[in-house]
Amino acid sequence: MTLNGWTKINMHFKSVVLTNIEISPGYRRVRLTAPRGILEAKPGQFVMLRVRDGVDPLLRRPFCIYDVGTFSPDYPDASRRCYFEILYKVVGKGTSILASLHEKDSVDVLAPLGNGFNPGEEGEEKLLVGGGFGLAPLYFLARRLVEKSPIKVFIGGRRKEDVLCVTEFEQLGIDTYVATDDGTLGSRGLVTEVLEEHLSMEGMSRSVFACGPEPMLRAVAGMCEKYRINCQVSLEATMACGVGACLGCVVKGASHSEDSPDYRCVCKEGPVFDTSQLLCEDQAEGAAS
Amino acid sequence: MKKPDLSVNLAGISLRNPIMTASGTFGYGEEFAGYMDLEKIGAIVTKGLSLRPRAGNPMPRIVETAGGMLNAIGLQNVGIDAFIENKTPFFRSISTPVIVNFFGNSVEEYAKLAARLDAVPEVSGVEINISCPNVKHGGIVFGTDPKAAFSVVRAVRGATGKPVIAKLSPNVTDIVEMALACAEAGADSLSLINTITGMAIDLQKRRPRISNVTGGLSGPAVKPVALRMVWQVYQAVKLPIIGIGGIVTATDALEFMVAGATAVQVGTANFMTPDASQRIAEDMERYLKENGVRDVKEMIGSLRV
Repeated sequence: MTLNGWTKINMHFKSVVLTNIEISPGYRRVRLTAPRGILEAKPGQFVMLRVRDGVDPLLRRPFCIYDVGTFSPDYPDASRRCYFEILYKVVGKGTSILASLHEKDSVDVLAPLGNGFNPGEEGEEKLLVGGGFGLAPLYFLARRLVEKSPIKVFIGGRRKEDVLCVTEFEQLGIDTYVATDDGTLGSRGLVTEVLEEHLSMEGMSRSVFACGPEPMLRAVAGMCEKYRINCQVSLEATMACGVGACLGCVVKGASHSEDSPDYRCVCKEGPVFDTSQLLCEDQAEGAAS
Repeated sequence: MKKPDLSVNLAGISLRNPIMTASGTFGYGEEFAGYMDLEKIGAIVTKGLSLRPRAGNPMPRIVETAGGMLNAIGLQNVGIDAFIENKTPFFRSISTPVIVNFFGNSVEEYAKLAARLDAVPEVSGVEINISCPNVKHGGIVFGTDPKAAFSVVRAVRGATGKPVIAKLSPNVTDIVEMALACAEAGADSLSLINTITGMAIDLQKRRPRISNVTGGLSGPAVKPVALRMVWQVYQAVKLPIIGIGGIVTATDALEFMVAGATAVQVGTANFMTPDASQRIAEDMERYLKENGVRDVKEMIGSLRV
Protein backbone atom coordinates (compact mmCIF):
# COMPACT_ATOMS: atom_id res chain seq x y z
CA MET A 1 0.00 0.00 0.00
CA THR A 2 1.26 3.44 -0.77
CA LEU A 3 0.25 6.57 1.09
CA ASN A 4 1.70 10.01 0.39
CA GLY A 5 4.13 8.26 -1.91
CA TRP A 6 5.68 6.24 0.92
CA THR A 7 5.76 2.48 0.64
CA LYS A 8 4.14 0.84 3.66
CA ILE A 9 5.76 -2.18 5.23
CA ASN A 10 4.65 -3.97 8.38
CA MET A 11 7.43 -5.36 10.51
CA HIS A 12 7.16 -7.01 13.92
CA PHE A 13 10.49 -8.11 15.35
CA LYS A 14 12.57 -8.80 18.43
CA SER A 15 15.31 -6.28 18.77
CA VAL A 16 18.48 -6.17 20.82
CA VAL A 17 19.84 -3.09 22.56
CA LEU A 18 23.19 -2.00 21.13
CA THR A 19 23.66 1.19 23.14
CA ASN A 20 21.45 3.16 25.50
CA ILE A 21 23.01 6.41 26.63
CA GLU A 22 22.04 9.59 28.40
CA ILE A 23 22.42 12.53 26.01
CA SER A 24 21.26 15.24 28.41
CA PRO A 25 19.86 15.02 31.96
CA GLY A 26 16.60 13.05 31.67
CA TYR A 27 16.96 12.39 27.93
CA ARG A 28 18.38 9.25 26.35
CA ARG A 29 19.13 7.72 22.99
CA VAL A 30 18.82 3.99 22.42
CA ARG A 31 20.15 2.09 19.41
CA LEU A 32 18.33 -1.15 18.57
CA THR A 33 18.92 -3.89 16.01
CA ALA A 34 16.43 -4.24 13.19
CA PRO A 35 15.81 -6.16 9.96
CA ARG A 36 16.97 -4.59 6.70
CA GLY A 37 13.50 -3.21 6.05
CA ILE A 38 14.14 -0.52 8.66
CA LEU A 39 16.34 1.25 6.11
CA GLU A 40 13.12 2.00 4.19
CA ALA A 41 11.70 3.94 7.15
CA LYS A 42 10.80 7.55 6.36
CA PRO A 43 11.47 10.55 8.58
CA GLY A 44 8.37 11.09 10.73
CA GLN A 45 7.48 7.42 10.97
CA PHE A 46 7.46 5.86 14.41
CA VAL A 47 7.86 2.57 16.24
CA MET A 48 5.87 0.90 19.02
CA LEU A 49 8.07 -0.72 21.66
CA ARG A 50 7.15 -3.40 24.15
CA VAL A 51 9.90 -2.84 26.69
CA ARG A 52 9.48 -6.13 28.52
CA ASP A 53 7.44 -9.34 28.47
CA GLY A 54 4.33 -9.79 30.57
CA VAL A 55 1.41 -7.48 31.19
CA ASP A 56 3.11 -4.61 33.01
CA PRO A 57 3.38 -2.26 31.26
CA LEU A 58 0.37 -3.46 29.31
CA LEU A 59 0.64 -1.36 26.18
CA ARG A 60 3.47 -0.55 23.81
CA ARG A 61 4.97 2.91 23.81
CA PRO A 62 5.30 4.98 20.61
CA PHE A 63 8.59 6.70 19.66
CA CYS A 64 9.61 8.58 16.53
CA ILE A 65 12.58 7.22 14.64
CA TYR A 66 15.69 9.38 15.14
CA ASP A 67 17.99 7.59 12.75
CA VAL A 68 18.60 4.32 10.91
CA GLY A 69 21.83 2.82 9.68
CA THR A 70 24.09 -0.19 9.47
CA PHE A 71 26.93 -1.43 11.66
CA SER A 72 29.51 -4.24 11.72
CA PRO A 73 29.02 -6.62 14.63
CA ASP A 74 32.31 -7.14 16.48
CA TYR A 75 32.81 -10.79 15.68
CA PRO A 76 34.80 -12.19 12.78
CA ASP A 77 33.30 -12.33 9.30
CA ALA A 78 30.05 -10.79 10.42
CA SER A 79 28.02 -9.14 7.72
CA ARG A 80 26.72 -5.65 8.33
CA ARG A 81 23.52 -5.40 10.29
CA CYS A 82 20.88 -2.70 10.58
CA TYR A 83 19.82 -0.56 13.48
CA PHE A 84 17.48 2.28 14.34
CA GLU A 85 17.64 4.85 17.10
CA ILE A 86 15.09 6.71 19.15
CA LEU A 87 15.38 9.68 21.50
CA TYR A 88 13.28 9.57 24.62
CA LYS A 89 12.66 11.38 27.84
CA VAL A 90 12.22 9.33 30.99
CA VAL A 91 8.68 10.25 32.04
CA GLY A 92 6.90 7.13 33.30
CA LYS A 93 7.02 3.41 33.77
CA GLY A 94 7.62 2.46 30.14
CA THR A 95 10.46 4.90 29.57
CA SER A 96 12.00 4.11 33.00
CA ILE A 97 12.20 0.45 32.06
CA LEU A 98 13.60 1.39 28.67
CA ALA A 99 16.24 3.54 30.40
CA SER A 100 17.29 0.56 32.54
CA LEU A 101 17.98 -1.71 29.56
CA HIS A 102 21.57 -2.66 28.78
CA GLU A 103 23.43 -3.95 25.77
CA LYS A 104 21.98 -7.32 24.62
CA ASP A 105 18.67 -6.81 26.45
CA SER A 106 15.76 -7.24 24.08
CA VAL A 107 12.55 -5.42 23.24
CA ASP A 108 9.65 -6.21 20.90
CA VAL A 109 9.13 -3.76 18.05
CA LEU A 110 6.46 -2.80 15.52
CA ALA A 111 8.04 -0.62 12.85
CA PRO A 112 7.91 1.50 10.86
CA LEU A 113 4.42 2.85 11.57
CA GLY A 114 2.41 5.78 10.26
CA ASN A 115 3.28 8.23 7.52
CA GLY A 116 6.41 10.30 7.29
CA PHE A 117 6.96 13.90 6.30
CA ASN A 118 6.36 14.83 2.71
CA PRO A 119 9.79 16.22 1.83
CA GLY A 120 8.38 18.76 -0.63
CA GLU A 121 10.25 20.56 -3.39
CA GLU A 122 13.98 20.14 -3.73
CA GLY A 123 15.95 23.34 -3.41
CA GLU A 124 13.25 25.06 -1.36
CA GLU A 125 14.32 26.20 2.10
CA LYS A 126 13.30 23.77 4.86
CA LEU A 127 12.66 25.23 8.28
CA LEU A 128 12.63 22.63 11.05
CA VAL A 129 11.16 23.62 14.40
CA GLY A 130 11.33 21.37 17.43
CA GLY A 131 11.37 21.12 21.17
CA GLY A 132 12.67 18.37 23.46
CA PHE A 133 12.61 14.89 21.97
CA GLY A 134 10.50 16.35 19.17
CA LEU A 135 13.86 16.90 17.51
CA ALA A 136 14.08 13.17 16.79
CA PRO A 137 12.09 13.01 13.53
CA LEU A 138 13.48 16.39 12.46
CA TYR A 139 17.05 15.16 12.70
CA PHE A 140 16.14 12.11 10.63
CA LEU A 141 14.48 14.42 8.08
CA ALA A 142 17.50 16.74 8.01
CA ARG A 143 19.83 13.82 7.31
CA ARG A 144 17.74 12.94 4.28
CA LEU A 145 17.30 16.46 2.95
CA VAL A 146 20.61 18.10 3.71
CA GLU A 147 22.12 17.32 0.30
CA LYS A 148 19.11 18.63 -1.59
CA SER A 149 17.83 21.71 0.17
CA PRO A 150 19.03 24.50 2.41
CA ILE A 151 17.89 23.76 5.97
CA LYS A 152 17.61 25.85 9.12
CA VAL A 153 16.65 24.34 12.45
CA PHE A 154 15.00 26.15 15.36
CA ILE A 155 15.39 24.36 18.67
CA GLY A 156 13.52 25.31 21.81
CA GLY A 157 13.54 24.15 25.41
CA ARG A 158 12.78 25.30 28.94
CA ARG A 159 16.41 25.11 30.02
CA LYS A 160 19.60 24.24 28.26
CA GLU A 161 19.22 20.56 29.33
CA ASP A 162 16.07 20.38 27.20
CA VAL A 163 17.88 21.53 24.07
CA LEU A 164 18.84 18.42 22.16
CA CYS A 165 20.76 17.60 19.00
CA VAL A 166 22.48 20.98 18.43
CA THR A 167 25.84 19.32 17.80
CA GLU A 168 24.30 16.70 15.55
CA PHE A 169 22.62 19.32 13.37
CA GLU A 170 25.81 21.41 13.28
CA GLN A 171 27.75 18.36 12.16
CA LEU A 172 25.41 18.17 9.18
CA GLY A 173 26.37 21.77 8.45
CA ILE A 174 22.92 23.10 9.30
CA ASP A 175 22.36 26.56 10.80
CA THR A 176 20.83 26.16 14.24
CA TYR A 177 18.89 28.75 16.19
CA VAL A 178 18.30 28.03 19.88
CA ALA A 179 15.94 29.61 22.37
CA THR A 180 15.35 28.69 26.01
CA ASP A 181 12.70 29.98 28.41
CA ASP A 182 15.35 30.87 31.00
CA GLY A 183 18.02 32.05 28.58
CA THR A 184 20.54 29.39 29.68
CA LEU A 185 21.24 28.60 26.03
CA GLY A 186 20.62 30.68 22.90
CA SER A 187 18.21 33.55 23.10
CA ARG A 188 15.82 33.95 26.01
CA GLY A 189 12.20 33.29 25.08
CA LEU A 190 10.23 31.04 22.80
CA VAL A 191 11.66 29.33 19.78
CA THR A 192 8.62 30.47 17.83
CA GLU A 193 9.70 34.10 18.34
CA VAL A 194 12.99 33.30 16.67
CA LEU A 195 11.12 31.50 13.91
CA GLU A 196 8.84 34.46 13.33
CA GLU A 197 11.80 36.81 12.94
CA HIS A 198 12.93 34.55 10.16
CA LEU A 199 9.52 34.12 8.55
CA SER A 200 8.88 37.86 8.53
CA MET A 201 11.93 38.43 6.33
CA GLU A 202 11.40 38.17 2.61
CA GLY A 203 13.07 35.07 1.40
CA MET A 204 13.05 32.14 -0.93
CA SER A 205 10.26 29.60 -1.19
CA ARG A 206 10.14 27.59 2.03
CA SER A 207 8.18 25.16 4.13
CA VAL A 208 8.04 24.31 7.82
CA PHE A 209 8.32 20.96 9.60
CA ALA A 210 7.55 20.95 13.33
CA CYS A 211 7.52 18.49 16.19
CA GLY A 212 7.35 19.35 19.87
CA PRO A 213 4.99 20.31 22.68
CA GLU A 214 1.42 21.16 21.73
CA PRO A 215 1.55 24.91 22.49
CA MET A 216 4.63 25.21 20.30
CA LEU A 217 2.92 23.37 17.45
CA ARG A 218 -0.15 25.59 17.73
CA ALA A 219 2.01 28.69 17.59
CA VAL A 220 4.00 27.40 14.61
CA ALA A 221 0.83 26.41 12.74
CA GLY A 222 -0.71 29.84 13.36
CA MET A 223 2.43 31.58 12.19
CA CYS A 224 2.64 29.53 9.01
CA GLU A 225 -0.96 30.36 8.24
CA LYS A 226 -0.19 34.05 8.71
CA TYR A 227 2.80 33.93 6.36
CA ARG A 228 1.12 31.43 4.02
CA ILE A 229 3.78 28.82 4.35
CA ASN A 230 3.11 25.13 4.08
CA CYS A 231 3.47 23.47 7.47
CA GLN A 232 3.65 19.83 8.51
CA VAL A 233 3.46 18.81 12.16
CA SER A 234 4.27 15.48 13.76
CA LEU A 235 1.80 14.82 16.58
CA GLU A 236 2.14 12.79 19.72
CA ALA A 237 -0.78 10.95 21.28
CA THR A 238 -1.47 8.22 23.78
CA MET A 239 -1.91 5.07 21.71
CA ALA A 240 -3.01 1.55 22.40
CA CYS A 241 -2.64 -0.39 19.14
CA GLY A 242 -0.57 1.81 16.80
CA VAL A 243 -2.26 0.32 13.73
CA GLY A 244 -5.53 2.27 13.44
CA ALA A 245 -7.83 -0.14 15.25
CA CYS A 246 -8.48 1.18 18.74
CA LEU A 247 -9.36 4.78 17.72
CA GLY A 248 -7.74 5.96 20.93
CA CYS A 249 -5.42 8.51 19.30
CA VAL A 250 -7.61 10.57 16.99
CA VAL A 251 -7.46 14.25 16.01
CA LYS A 252 -10.19 16.21 14.29
CA GLY A 253 -9.74 16.61 10.56
CA ALA A 254 -10.50 19.90 8.77
CA SER A 255 -14.06 18.94 7.81
CA HIS A 256 -15.05 17.50 11.18
CA SER A 257 -18.54 18.01 12.59
CA GLU A 258 -20.71 15.99 14.95
CA ASP A 259 -22.94 14.78 12.12
CA SER A 260 -20.15 14.07 9.74
CA PRO A 261 -17.20 13.00 11.84
CA ASP A 262 -13.76 13.46 10.34
CA TYR A 263 -11.42 11.93 12.88
CA ARG A 264 -7.92 10.95 11.82
CA CYS A 265 -5.88 8.37 13.66
CA VAL A 266 -2.54 9.86 14.69
CA CYS A 267 -1.03 6.38 14.39
CA LYS A 268 -2.24 5.46 10.95
CA GLU A 269 -3.13 8.65 9.11
CA GLY A 270 -0.44 10.61 10.97
CA PRO A 271 1.61 11.12 12.97
CA VAL A 272 2.59 13.74 10.39
CA PHE A 273 -0.19 16.00 9.19
CA ASP A 274 -0.22 18.99 6.94
CA THR A 275 -1.78 21.62 9.25
CA SER A 276 -4.34 22.42 6.54
CA GLN A 277 -5.73 18.88 7.05
CA LEU A 278 -6.58 19.52 10.69
CA LEU A 279 -9.38 21.42 12.36
CA CYS A 280 -7.97 24.68 13.74
CA GLU A 281 -9.24 24.31 17.30
CA ASP A 282 -7.45 20.99 17.45
CA GLN A 283 -4.64 21.47 15.11
CA ALA A 284 -2.13 20.33 17.63
CA GLU A 285 -4.07 18.09 19.93
CA GLY A 286 -1.41 16.26 21.83
CA ALA A 287 2.22 17.21 21.67
CA ALA A 288 4.81 15.91 19.33
CA SER A 289 6.83 12.82 19.71
CA MET B 1 -0.55 -37.93 18.87
CA LYS B 2 -2.85 -36.77 16.12
CA LYS B 3 -3.56 -33.07 15.71
CA PRO B 4 -6.19 -32.14 18.29
CA ASP B 5 -9.56 -30.95 17.00
CA LEU B 6 -9.93 -27.26 17.80
CA SER B 7 -13.11 -26.62 15.87
CA VAL B 8 -16.27 -25.53 17.63
CA ASN B 9 -19.76 -24.77 16.44
CA LEU B 10 -21.03 -21.47 17.66
CA ALA B 11 -24.77 -21.22 17.15
CA GLY B 12 -24.42 -22.53 13.60
CA ILE B 13 -21.18 -20.71 12.77
CA SER B 14 -18.31 -23.16 12.28
CA LEU B 15 -15.13 -21.88 13.83
CA ARG B 16 -11.80 -23.53 12.99
CA ASN B 17 -10.77 -22.81 16.57
CA PRO B 18 -12.40 -21.05 19.53
CA ILE B 19 -10.35 -17.86 19.22
CA MET B 20 -12.30 -14.80 18.10
CA THR B 21 -11.37 -11.13 18.29
CA ALA B 22 -13.37 -8.78 20.49
CA SER B 23 -15.30 -5.91 18.97
CA GLY B 24 -13.52 -2.57 19.12
CA THR B 25 -10.07 -4.09 19.51
CA PHE B 26 -9.59 -5.42 16.01
CA GLY B 27 -10.97 -2.71 13.75
CA TYR B 28 -12.42 -4.38 10.67
CA GLY B 29 -9.72 -7.07 10.54
CA GLU B 30 -7.75 -5.55 7.68
CA GLU B 31 -5.74 -3.37 10.08
CA PHE B 32 -4.11 -6.55 11.39
CA ALA B 33 -3.63 -8.41 8.12
CA GLY B 34 -0.03 -7.21 7.77
CA TYR B 35 0.92 -8.57 11.18
CA MET B 36 -0.76 -11.98 11.34
CA ASP B 37 -2.57 -14.64 9.35
CA LEU B 38 -6.28 -13.97 9.69
CA GLU B 39 -6.93 -17.55 8.51
CA LYS B 40 -5.50 -18.88 11.78
CA ILE B 41 -8.26 -17.65 14.06
CA GLY B 42 -11.85 -18.71 14.56
CA ALA B 43 -13.73 -15.51 13.77
CA ILE B 44 -13.40 -11.75 13.56
CA VAL B 45 -15.84 -9.49 15.40
CA THR B 46 -15.83 -5.98 13.97
CA LYS B 47 -16.04 -2.56 15.62
CA GLY B 48 -19.50 -1.58 16.96
CA LEU B 49 -21.61 -0.34 14.07
CA SER B 50 -24.54 2.08 14.00
CA LEU B 51 -27.02 3.21 11.35
CA ARG B 52 -25.32 6.55 10.95
CA PRO B 53 -21.65 7.45 11.41
CA ARG B 54 -20.76 8.37 14.97
CA ALA B 55 -18.11 10.87 16.02
CA GLY B 56 -17.19 9.29 19.34
CA ASN B 57 -15.90 11.01 22.46
CA PRO B 58 -13.32 13.83 22.75
CA MET B 59 -9.69 12.99 23.51
CA PRO B 60 -8.15 11.68 25.68
CA ARG B 61 -9.97 8.42 25.18
CA ILE B 62 -7.65 5.82 26.67
CA VAL B 63 -5.38 5.43 29.66
CA GLU B 64 -3.38 2.51 30.96
CA THR B 65 -4.17 1.39 34.52
CA ALA B 66 -2.74 -1.36 36.73
CA GLY B 67 -3.13 -4.59 34.76
CA GLY B 68 -5.49 -3.04 32.27
CA MET B 69 -6.70 0.01 30.44
CA LEU B 70 -9.68 2.32 30.49
CA ASN B 71 -11.28 3.41 27.26
CA ALA B 72 -14.08 5.73 26.33
CA ILE B 73 -13.89 5.79 22.54
CA GLY B 74 -17.62 6.46 22.37
CA LEU B 75 -18.46 4.01 19.58
CA GLN B 76 -16.88 6.09 16.82
CA ASN B 77 -17.70 4.23 13.62
CA VAL B 78 -18.26 4.71 9.91
CA GLY B 79 -21.98 3.82 9.89
CA ILE B 80 -23.67 0.99 8.01
CA ASP B 81 -23.52 2.52 4.50
CA ALA B 82 -19.77 3.12 4.53
CA PHE B 83 -19.31 -0.23 6.25
CA ILE B 84 -21.05 -2.11 3.45
CA GLU B 85 -19.32 -0.13 0.74
CA ASN B 86 -15.76 0.05 2.10
CA LYS B 87 -15.29 -2.73 4.59
CA THR B 88 -17.09 -5.78 3.21
CA PRO B 89 -14.92 -6.22 0.07
CA PHE B 90 -12.02 -7.17 2.34
CA PHE B 91 -14.15 -9.83 4.04
CA ARG B 92 -14.52 -11.61 0.71
CA SER B 93 -10.76 -12.09 0.60
CA ILE B 94 -10.69 -14.17 3.80
CA SER B 95 -12.44 -17.40 4.74
CA THR B 96 -12.61 -16.61 8.47
CA PRO B 97 -16.19 -15.81 9.51
CA VAL B 98 -16.94 -12.16 10.22
CA ILE B 99 -19.40 -11.27 12.96
CA VAL B 100 -20.64 -7.69 13.11
CA ASN B 101 -21.14 -5.99 16.45
CA PHE B 102 -23.81 -3.29 16.28
CA PHE B 103 -25.92 -0.98 18.42
CA GLY B 104 -28.80 1.46 18.18
CA ASN B 105 -30.57 4.21 20.08
CA SER B 106 -33.91 2.42 20.12
CA VAL B 107 -35.42 -1.03 19.65
CA GLU B 108 -36.45 0.04 16.14
CA GLU B 109 -32.92 1.08 15.24
CA TYR B 110 -31.53 -2.24 16.44
CA ALA B 111 -34.09 -4.06 14.29
CA LYS B 112 -33.42 -1.86 11.26
CA LEU B 113 -29.66 -2.47 11.47
CA ALA B 114 -30.16 -6.19 11.97
CA ALA B 115 -32.30 -6.27 8.83
CA ARG B 116 -29.67 -4.36 6.83
CA LEU B 117 -26.93 -6.73 8.03
CA ASP B 118 -29.11 -9.73 7.25
CA ALA B 119 -28.79 -8.80 3.57
CA VAL B 120 -24.98 -8.69 3.65
CA PRO B 121 -23.64 -12.08 2.56
CA GLU B 122 -20.15 -11.43 3.97
CA VAL B 123 -21.59 -11.28 7.49
CA SER B 124 -21.77 -14.67 9.24
CA GLY B 125 -23.52 -13.47 12.36
CA VAL B 126 -24.36 -10.44 14.44
CA GLU B 127 -23.40 -9.48 17.96
CA ILE B 128 -25.85 -7.14 19.67
CA ASN B 129 -24.06 -4.56 21.74
CA ILE B 130 -26.31 -3.87 24.69
CA SER B 131 -23.42 -3.10 26.91
CA CYS B 132 -21.24 -0.16 25.89
CA PRO B 133 -20.74 1.85 29.08
CA ASN B 134 -19.35 4.96 27.40
CA VAL B 135 -22.25 6.60 25.59
CA LYS B 136 -25.70 7.51 26.82
CA HIS B 137 -27.48 5.49 24.17
CA GLY B 138 -24.74 2.98 23.43
CA GLY B 139 -26.94 0.20 24.54
CA ILE B 140 -26.19 0.26 28.24
CA VAL B 141 -29.81 1.21 28.90
CA PHE B 142 -30.75 -2.03 27.21
CA GLY B 143 -27.95 -3.89 28.89
CA THR B 144 -28.91 -3.26 32.48
CA ASP B 145 -32.66 -3.80 32.34
CA PRO B 146 -33.75 -7.37 31.56
CA LYS B 147 -37.07 -6.23 30.04
CA ALA B 148 -35.33 -3.78 27.70
CA ALA B 149 -32.75 -6.42 26.78
CA PHE B 150 -35.56 -8.84 26.01
CA SER B 151 -37.24 -6.40 23.62
CA VAL B 152 -34.03 -5.56 21.76
CA VAL B 153 -33.00 -9.18 21.33
CA ARG B 154 -36.49 -10.20 20.25
CA ALA B 155 -36.65 -7.40 17.69
CA VAL B 156 -33.25 -8.36 16.29
CA ARG B 157 -34.22 -12.03 16.28
CA GLY B 158 -37.27 -11.15 14.20
CA ALA B 159 -35.19 -9.08 11.75
CA THR B 160 -32.45 -11.55 10.85
CA GLY B 161 -31.99 -15.20 10.06
CA LYS B 162 -28.29 -14.97 10.90
CA PRO B 163 -26.99 -16.24 14.23
CA VAL B 164 -27.61 -13.66 16.96
CA ILE B 165 -25.15 -13.15 19.81
CA ALA B 166 -26.06 -10.86 22.72
CA LYS B 167 -23.06 -9.18 24.36
CA LEU B 168 -23.67 -8.68 28.06
CA SER B 169 -22.54 -5.94 30.40
CA PRO B 170 -20.93 -6.83 33.72
CA ASN B 171 -22.25 -3.56 35.18
CA VAL B 172 -25.36 -5.22 36.60
CA THR B 173 -26.42 -6.70 39.89
CA ASP B 174 -27.28 -10.09 38.45
CA ILE B 175 -25.84 -11.09 35.08
CA VAL B 176 -27.75 -14.37 35.12
CA GLU B 177 -31.03 -12.47 35.00
CA MET B 178 -29.80 -10.59 31.91
CA ALA B 179 -28.61 -13.81 30.30
CA LEU B 180 -31.94 -15.50 30.87
CA ALA B 181 -33.83 -12.55 29.36
CA CYS B 182 -31.67 -12.65 26.22
CA ALA B 183 -32.02 -16.41 25.93
CA GLU B 184 -35.78 -16.23 26.25
CA ALA B 185 -35.90 -13.52 23.59
CA GLY B 186 -34.25 -15.85 21.11
CA ALA B 187 -30.50 -15.16 21.23
CA ASP B 188 -28.40 -18.00 19.81
CA SER B 189 -25.36 -17.24 21.93
CA LEU B 190 -24.18 -14.92 24.69
CA SER B 191 -20.86 -13.12 24.84
CA LEU B 192 -19.55 -11.81 28.12
CA ILE B 193 -18.22 -9.61 29.49
CA ASN B 194 -18.02 -6.13 28.03
CA THR B 195 -15.84 -3.66 29.96
CA ILE B 196 -16.37 -2.80 33.62
CA THR B 197 -17.06 0.87 34.28
CA GLY B 198 -14.08 2.49 35.93
CA MET B 199 -12.20 5.73 36.47
CA ALA B 200 -8.65 7.05 36.65
CA ILE B 201 -7.60 10.35 38.15
CA ASP B 202 -4.60 12.62 37.61
CA LEU B 203 -3.90 13.73 41.16
CA GLN B 204 -1.77 16.78 40.30
CA LYS B 205 -4.43 18.19 38.01
CA ARG B 206 -7.33 16.69 40.01
CA ARG B 207 -8.84 15.80 36.70
CA PRO B 208 -10.10 12.55 35.20
CA ARG B 209 -7.56 10.93 32.92
CA ILE B 210 -10.10 10.43 30.14
CA SER B 211 -12.44 13.11 28.85
CA ASN B 212 -15.59 11.06 29.43
CA VAL B 213 -14.63 10.94 33.15
CA THR B 214 -15.58 7.25 33.34
CA GLY B 215 -14.55 4.55 30.93
CA GLY B 216 -14.57 0.82 30.40
CA LEU B 217 -11.88 -1.25 32.11
CA SER B 218 -10.41 -4.12 30.11
CA GLY B 219 -7.32 -6.28 30.21
CA PRO B 220 -5.95 -8.86 32.66
CA ALA B 221 -7.38 -6.88 35.61
CA VAL B 222 -10.95 -7.92 34.70
CA LYS B 223 -10.31 -11.60 34.07
CA PRO B 224 -11.39 -12.98 37.48
CA VAL B 225 -14.68 -11.06 37.26
CA ALA B 226 -15.28 -12.32 33.72
CA LEU B 227 -14.50 -15.93 34.65
CA ARG B 228 -16.93 -15.77 37.55
CA MET B 229 -19.70 -14.41 35.32
CA VAL B 230 -19.12 -16.99 32.58
CA TRP B 231 -19.32 -19.73 35.19
CA GLN B 232 -22.54 -18.31 36.66
CA VAL B 233 -24.19 -17.94 33.26
CA TYR B 234 -23.02 -21.38 32.13
CA GLN B 235 -24.83 -22.98 35.05
CA ALA B 236 -28.07 -21.16 34.33
CA VAL B 237 -28.35 -20.96 30.53
CA LYS B 238 -28.05 -23.65 27.88
CA LEU B 239 -26.79 -21.35 25.07
CA PRO B 240 -23.18 -21.41 23.86
CA ILE B 241 -21.17 -18.77 25.69
CA ILE B 242 -18.31 -16.66 24.36
CA GLY B 243 -15.92 -15.78 27.19
CA ILE B 244 -14.30 -12.34 27.10
CA GLY B 245 -12.13 -10.54 29.64
CA GLY B 246 -8.38 -10.13 29.88
CA ILE B 247 -7.40 -13.09 27.73
CA VAL B 248 -3.70 -12.72 26.92
CA THR B 249 -2.53 -16.35 26.75
CA ALA B 250 -3.88 -19.73 25.67
CA THR B 251 -4.06 -20.63 29.35
CA ASP B 252 -6.41 -17.71 29.94
CA ALA B 253 -8.56 -18.80 26.99
CA LEU B 254 -8.76 -22.40 28.18
CA GLU B 255 -9.70 -21.31 31.70
CA PHE B 256 -12.74 -19.58 30.19
CA MET B 257 -13.63 -22.77 28.35
CA VAL B 258 -13.32 -24.80 31.53
CA ALA B 259 -15.69 -22.30 33.15
CA GLY B 260 -18.21 -22.96 30.40
CA ALA B 261 -17.30 -20.95 27.32
CA THR B 262 -17.58 -22.56 23.88
CA ALA B 263 -15.40 -19.85 22.33
CA VAL B 264 -13.51 -16.81 23.54
CA GLN B 265 -12.76 -13.31 22.34
CA VAL B 266 -9.34 -11.74 22.58
CA GLY B 267 -9.55 -7.99 23.14
CA THR B 268 -6.97 -5.77 24.80
CA ALA B 269 -4.23 -8.31 23.98
CA ASN B 270 -4.57 -7.27 20.31
CA PHE B 271 -3.27 -3.87 21.38
CA MET B 272 -0.39 -5.40 23.31
CA THR B 273 0.72 -7.28 20.25
CA PRO B 274 -1.09 -7.42 16.92
CA ASP B 275 -0.71 -11.18 16.38
CA ALA B 276 -1.98 -12.06 19.88
CA SER B 277 -5.06 -13.94 18.65
CA GLN B 278 -3.09 -16.12 16.24
CA ARG B 279 -0.45 -16.84 18.89
CA ILE B 280 -3.16 -17.81 21.41
CA ALA B 281 -4.76 -20.18 18.88
CA GLU B 282 -1.38 -21.81 18.17
CA ASP B 283 -0.49 -22.09 21.85
CA MET B 284 -3.90 -23.60 22.56
CA GLU B 285 -3.25 -26.34 20.03
CA ARG B 286 0.13 -27.00 21.63
CA TYR B 287 -1.42 -27.18 25.10
CA LEU B 288 -4.03 -29.69 23.98
CA LYS B 289 -1.39 -31.82 22.27
CA GLU B 290 0.89 -31.76 25.32
CA ASN B 291 -1.96 -32.65 27.65
CA GLY B 292 -3.46 -35.38 25.53
CA VAL B 293 -6.73 -33.59 24.83
CA ARG B 294 -8.07 -34.78 21.48
CA ASP B 295 -10.91 -32.32 21.16
CA VAL B 296 -11.09 -28.80 22.57
CA LYS B 297 -14.82 -29.30 23.13
CA GLU B 298 -13.90 -31.62 26.02
CA MET B 299 -12.72 -28.51 27.86
CA ILE B 300 -16.10 -26.73 27.79
CA GLY B 301 -17.62 -26.58 31.26
CA SER B 302 -15.17 -29.15 32.59
CA LEU B 303 -14.61 -27.28 35.87
CA ARG B 304 -14.35 -29.63 38.83
CA VAL B 305 -15.99 -28.13 41.88
